[in-house]
Amino acid sequence: MVEIKKIHKSFEEMIVLDGVSLQVENGQNLVVFGKSGTGKSVLLKCLIRLMEPDSGEIFIEGQDVLSLDHKSLNELRKDIGFLFQSAALYDSMNVRENLEFPLIRNFDLDQKELDKRVNRVLEAVSLEEAIDKMPSDLSGGMRKRIGLARSIITRPKLMLYDEPTTGLDPITAKEISSLILELQKAFNMTSIVVTHDVLCAKIIADYAIVLNEGHIIHEGTIDELVSSKDEFLKNFFGDEVVNPNGRG
Amino acid sequence: MLISRIDSFVAISQLRLQNFFETLAGLFLFSVRFLKEVFVPPYEMEEVRKHMVELGMKTLPIVGVTGFIIGLVITMQMQPVLQRFGAESFLPGSVGISIVRELGPVITALIFAGRVSSGIGAELGSMRVTEQIDAMEVSGVNPFRFLVVTRIFATTLILPLLTVYVIFISLIGSYIAVVLVQNMTWEYYVGRVIFAIEFGDAVPGVSKTIVFGYLVGLVGSYLGFNAKNGTEGVGRASTTSVVISSLLILVFDMILVKLTLWLWPTVK
Repeated sequence: MVEIKKIHKSFEEMIVLDGVSLQVENGQNLVVFGKSGTGKSVLLKCLIRLMEPDSGEIFIEGQDVLSLDHKSLNELRKDIGFLFQSAALYDSMNVRENLEFPLIRNFDLDQKELDKRVNRVLEAVSLEEAIDKMPSDLSGGMRKRIGLARSIITRPKLMLYDEPTTGLDPITAKEISSLILELQKAFNMTSIVVTHDVLCAKIIADYAIVLNEGHIIHEGTIDELVSSKDEFLKNFFGDEVVNPNGRG
Repeated sequence: MLISRIDSFVAISQLRLQNFFETLAGLFLFSVRFLKEVFVPPYEMEEVRKHMVELGMKTLPIVGVTGFIIGLVITMQMQPVLQRFGAESFLPGSVGISIVRELGPVITALIFAGRVSSGIGAELGSMRVTEQIDAMEVSGVNPFRFLVVTRIFATTLILPLLTVYVIFISLIGSYIAVVLVQNMTWEYYVGRVIFAIEFGDAVPGVSKTIVFGYLVGLVGSYLGFNAKNGTEGVGRASTTSVVISSLLILVFDMILVKLTLWLWPTVK
């Protein structure tokens, strides 16, 4: 279970998170909505201490994340996967090396087990043929898939997604969203997804929150949020409000 | 009008000075972190070897050509001067000492800085802005140890080897220049060079490139690892790396020359 209590984060004068609290149960898929620059990605990065919050508390599986030393934090991170907006594949390594990288450095596995795990995740993202390709030879959608494969190869209990469908065409975006849901079910993971793609959220989310100016201003299921009469949500979701079941 | 221009000049100068000292302080702290992490396992020796081969191969042709030309030119310049004083027989020795003590190490280090420091700055900067360093951290790997320690270690080890190579190539260039104006065998030439060069010339000359190599890796890694503001930041990390590492090489050269003269006072 993930629990965030009154997280504050600001950059110089700009307050990005202003006392955000939320709870995600095991196996749940939470989607975090919000306009650009409202601190969605900052929230994810604070969760695994890629950024240090100014104040507040974060608990993952009962562990107080902010008080962990470097070694314990690395241990905790082995159970967490993170899909970055740009996929963040290592440019100098091919797909196989990208996938093997976290395994070689964190687990004592022989080559047979490494191959087995690599093949399994590549099969899961339907990209077996890309195993020897360099990241520069992959399309945006393929990079996202490989990024996803690298995130799940360590069999994490918690997956964090930062704008998983940004920059993709609608068909590929839908494929990636469906893939995320499939993998979540197959590997029984808890997920937190930061996005402003309503289609993606509709496919993935059990529950959603909306961030604005550092606060959670709305929460509920996607259908509840999309069909809300609230002026902010109407503006945010656009024609989704007029036709909430029109997509996905 | 003039006053406002002076004001803005003063403000810009203050800002640049502040940035310069911030960079120096940052480099010092980065260096302390390197020294703390370099002895902690796991040792990524395969990465160090890979960087040494890559950086060495990348720089070998350019330093070779430069070394050859420097040897040739310095001999052509010194020959008429020594002839004027009737000291032509000192030509191999004096050229050898110049190359071994100063020209070989410093020229190699400056070219290495231009080629390698900028490359490290751009590579790590690009990894920073595309979140590859964050991805490494999230996967439970220490990116400082994997990316920075290995590169600084590789530059520190490879530059002395490159310097020895440049010294050798420079002496070949010098010999060719000598042969063009007077009859001299290679054996005699090398014998004169070896006779002239002492321990206090060769060892400190090559040893100081360990410091230069460390500086090149340190500056490139520091600026790349801390790059900000997207591709603009990557470009800045790359160009600033060359400027700062070249400057530091010259400053440290001055200090190390003084130290060498203090440690080996007979060499003057």
